[in-house]
Amino acid sequence: MSFQNEADYPAAYERQPSRRLPFARRFSIGSALRRLRLLLLAPLVALLSACNLVVLNPAGDVAAQQGDLLMISTLLMLIIIVPVMALIVFFAWKYRASNKEAEAEYQPDWDHSTSLELVIWAAPLMIIICLGALTWAGTHLLDPYRPIDRIKPGQAVDESVEPLQVNVVALDWKWMFIYPQYGIATVNELAAPIDRPIRFHITSSSVMNSFYIPALAGQIYAMPGMETKLHAVINRPGEYEGFSANYSGDGFSNMRFAFHGLDQAGFDQWVSGVRQGGQTLDRDQYLELEKPSEKVPVLHFGAVDGALWDAILNMCVEPGKMCMGEMMAIDRQGGLSMASVRNTMPLVYDKYAGRGKSPAYFGSNESYVMTICTPLQAEAAAADRMRRAELDTVAGPASLERLTGQGLSPKQTPMASLTTLARNPFATGPVPTDIRSVPNA
Amino acid sequence: MNADQLIPLIFGRLTWEALPLHEPILVVTMSVVILGGLALFGALTYFKMWGYLWKEWFTTVDHKKIGIMYMILGLIMFVRGFADAIMMRIQQAMAFGGSEGYLNAHHYDQIFTAHGVIMIFFVAMPLVTGIMNYVVPLQIGARDVSFPFLNNFSFWMTTAGALIVMASLFVGEFARTGWLAYPPLSGIGYSPGVGVDYYIWALQIAGVGTTLSGINLIATIVKMRAPGMGMMKMPVFTWTSLCTNVLIVASFPVLTAVLALLTLDRYVGTNFFTNDFGGNPMMYVNLIWIWGHPEVYILILPLFGVFSEIASTFSGKKLFGYTSMVYATVVITILSYLVWLHHFFTMGSGASVNSFFGITTMIISIPTGAKIFNWLFTMYRGRIRFELPMMWLIAFMLTFVIGGMTGVLLAVPPADFVLHNSLFLVAHFHNVIIGGVLFGLFAAINFWWPKAFGFKLDKKWGLISFWCWVPGFWLAFLPLYVLGLMGVTRRMRVFDDPSLQIWFVIAAIGAGVIALGIAAMFIQFAVSIINRDKLRDTTGDPWGGRTLEWATSSPPPAYNFAATPYVHDADAWWDMKKQGYQRPLSGYKAIHMPSNTGAGIIISGLCLVMGLALIWYIWWLAAISFIGVLAVSIGHTFNYKRDYYIPEDEVRATEEARTRALAGTEA
Repeated sequence: MSFQNEADYPAAYERQPSRRLPFARRFSIGSALRRLRLLLLAPLVALLSACNLVVLNPAGDVAAQQGDLLMISTLLMLIIIVPVMALIVFFAWKYRASNKEAEAEYQPDWDHSTSLELVIWAAPLMIIICLGALTWAGTHLLDPYRPIDRIKPGQAVDESVEPLQVNVVALDWKWMFIYPQYGIATVNELAAPIDRPIRFHITSSSVMNSFYIPALAGQIYAMPGMETKLHAVINRPGEYEGFSANYSGDGFSNMRFAFHGLDQAGFDQWVSGVRQGGQTLDRDQYLELEKPSEKVPVLHFGAVDGALWDAILNMCVEPGKMCMGEMMAIDRQGGLSMASVRNTMPLVYDKYAGRGKSPAYFGSNESYVMTICTPLQAEAAAADRMRRAELDTVAGPASLERLTGQGLSPKQTPMASLTTLARNPFATGPVPTDIRSVPNA
Repeated sequence: MNADQLIPLIFGRLTWEALPLHEPILVVTMSVVILGGLALFGALTYFKMWGYLWKEWFTTVDHKKIGIMYMILGLIMFVRGFADAIMMRIQQAMAFGGSEGYLNAHHYDQIFTAHGVIMIFFVAMPLVTGIMNYVVPLQIGARDVSFPFLNNFSFWMTTAGALIVMASLFVGEFARTGWLAYPPLSGIGYSPGVGVDYYIWALQIAGVGTTLSGINLIATIVKMRAPGMGMMKMPVFTWTSLCTNVLIVASFPVLTAVLALLTLDRYVGTNFFTNDFGGNPMMYVNLIWIWGHPEVYILILPLFGVFSEIASTFSGKKLFGYTSMVYATVVITILSYLVWLHHFFTMGSGASVNSFFGITTMIISIPTGAKIFNWLFTMYRGRIRFELPMMWLIAFMLTFVIGGMTGVLLAVPPADFVLHNSLFLVAHFHNVIIGGVLFGLFAAINFWWPKAFGFKLDKKWGLISFWCWVPGFWLAFLPLYVLGLMGVTRRMRVFDDPSLQIWFVIAAIGAGVIALGIAAMFIQFAVSIINRDKLRDTTGDPWGGRTLEWATSSPPPAYNFAATPYVHDADAWWDMKKQGYQRPLSGYKAIHMPSNTGAGIIISGLCLVMGLALIWYIWWLAAISFIGVLAVSIGHTFNYKRDYYIPEDEVRATEEARTRALAGTEA
């Protein structure tokens, strides 16, 4: 650190011998105080050790990396914060008006020092450059849309293992999980085998929620008519807590579920247990479940309508309603002009039951856009969307190359999904459902 | 037409059920408020105060009185906002192990929404605006603001907004959406009641006041500075006020627009932010934060200015690095528009977008850090007097750097994924808003109170308040940092995990200690008013001030300065004192001043009625009050009695009284 007049600064210390005695006395009081403070801190330390700081000590590799980044950033900032706090206390104490010794140093008109200014702008800048680099790399490596490339430190993902896919729907006020690879579904219970990558596709039925299992990975919003993605892996078996981290109405506090990390045998057993649940999750069942309810017990569905997820995502579970993908495809071709205005039907069911239904005062009644496909056409369109969704995930598996350099593109020939990242950094994001749809009429 | 049709036509959706007679907490509050209100009304009538209040305060265009009224409004609303905070703390400390606590979801969700809305819009904003209103014209040597009537009108619009929020407590309900009312939850489908409408109209009406007051202060600072005061000779507080008001004028229209779109969705069935028919709620989230992020700098920047004034005054030194301080402020102003997306990294933007906004956010910490260093080196080689404002400055610096650090932490997107919406986030923004804005306001109140009223505030009670607030703050919010790291999210009403309870209990105790601090502050005001003769300051410059406001008497006369000062230095008054400035004792002239007018309070009152009518769908009343607003506004343009002259004799009498007072001190 440099001062405007460097010769003056050490001068303050040269008189130290004369201060030694009071200083020593102060020191002994200080150390007594310090001991007392330790005593006061003891219960705090005990409390902290008793509690589970899950964010810093999670059971999943993604959350662990996020927690590490948090710690590194904190330490990096403490490099500057600690000296600043110490200086604040030191200057405040040293230059107090009652301190006769500092009186000689009083410089009422000293208000500029180029070298000092340089330091006070450069020091934080250096820290921020380091932190910025860390942020750029960390954000790309831990992008929730990017398939994970390692199971845990030192263990890369085995490319022959297919990631577990879970389609997540935030309902009023419970969570639904569909396992397309197993043809099963659950409500308010999630399970995954340890050390196998998990791919979440997330949406919501009504309002915004946030899908968050602190032990597993960071959160991502669940939004109606949109799909967000999250890739993660759980490393330690156990029962963890999951919940919504974005306020969504009356039942929000109880919108929690258990997440089970199981070994492979345990997971297989769990799957067959769910299969025996017997019930089938179809459109009618879904519309029933979608209605607001709180503290819903765990439900198991042994079979799932294969087209249900696509219908939820496209907000067309209700029979006769036009799917978002269909609507966007039509709009992309120029729309139906005035014909589309008349293509609406009043809602016959009470979508907002439990939240009180009330259309805008001056607006028309709640209505929806009718599908213009025959049931067969609609089915074909949905099948097409699903095929494309499948391709989308399968055609672009994780390149396990390390991300390096500018834009963090991988070293070797990148595969599909990462080419998009490299070419167009803005490509990821909530995927409007129409990306995967085709004109169908 | 029978009664069934007639009643909704007259009363809209207002029915007896709107009165919360089934909620005991509200019934008690309501009766206390009604009785208190009646007592106040009776007392004012009995002592024949109405005429005085109307003539001297309600219709005043004097920036000093309006500033004081803003402060009173802010402090009253602060008590309301804090009552909400205490209720939340108690609920969260109780609701464990199957207990539902004492608040149901309907009530609790309103409370956390109201707490946020009130603390930001009706506590922090009025207090900050009040300080700027009072101090800026004095600091730049002006007689008043550029548009004195507009100033009065702005204040009453803000008050009308506050009254609408308060009305929601007793008639109907407030929003249950969180303080930013994200759709689709705030749309008509999922929030069909009056709550969100209360929210919308309170903010829209208060927003008019805020925007106009921003325009007013920009014009004042740009056009009405004393001769010689170039931009780089403006006091730092004036600089930060200028930047703040630029931010207000540039960002509040965005809030107005986004709320107008939400209003259209709710009232006429458009689909800007709905799920169906091509609406997109993400648009709302973006727009509201394009206003919302600059808003936090609107709150903190003026207080940075306050701290700069205090640091140099109480260190007895020139501010270190004036130029870099000004540039830091301007840089923060510009950057505050480039960071809004960091409020929703988790909405699914790509990694590059998230990194961009994360890094711009971190960059803001550089000028902010420079400011901290500037205050630090202002203290270096100073003669620091530990008066109350200085103590708040030290507490602010030590608290704010921690809040700043956790803020930068949250700007790292992967870290934000695990901390977003958690109690860690809640602790962070309370750390910067309490540690920065509130501590700054307490410093400002203690610093400028003697200027406004002519006597200092009692130090003993000030210290008690200080020593309750600072440890109380840490006691209340450190547990929230810990809980955030334990993965606990915000806005929860009940909890499962019993091991969390102890932390909520500690936080509730902390809130209790803060309550003592607030009580001590009001006692401090009362004690100081009672002992005002002992605390009297006749010099007008009790702290050894450096800027022009200390050049005039305390309290300043209506015209502020009998003779416009000429400025040679950023620390104009310090410079004048050094040069042996003598007050001119003769040659007074009559002073041209703006006249009081009742138009502001009348138009705002009509807006208040219109807002309430729109909330309750009472269309005839809304139409009539809207016509009323237009009529009074147009009528006011024909009011030609807008100014008057303070006669020379009166100026002379006032100034001679001050001469005698000054002589009395010196003797």
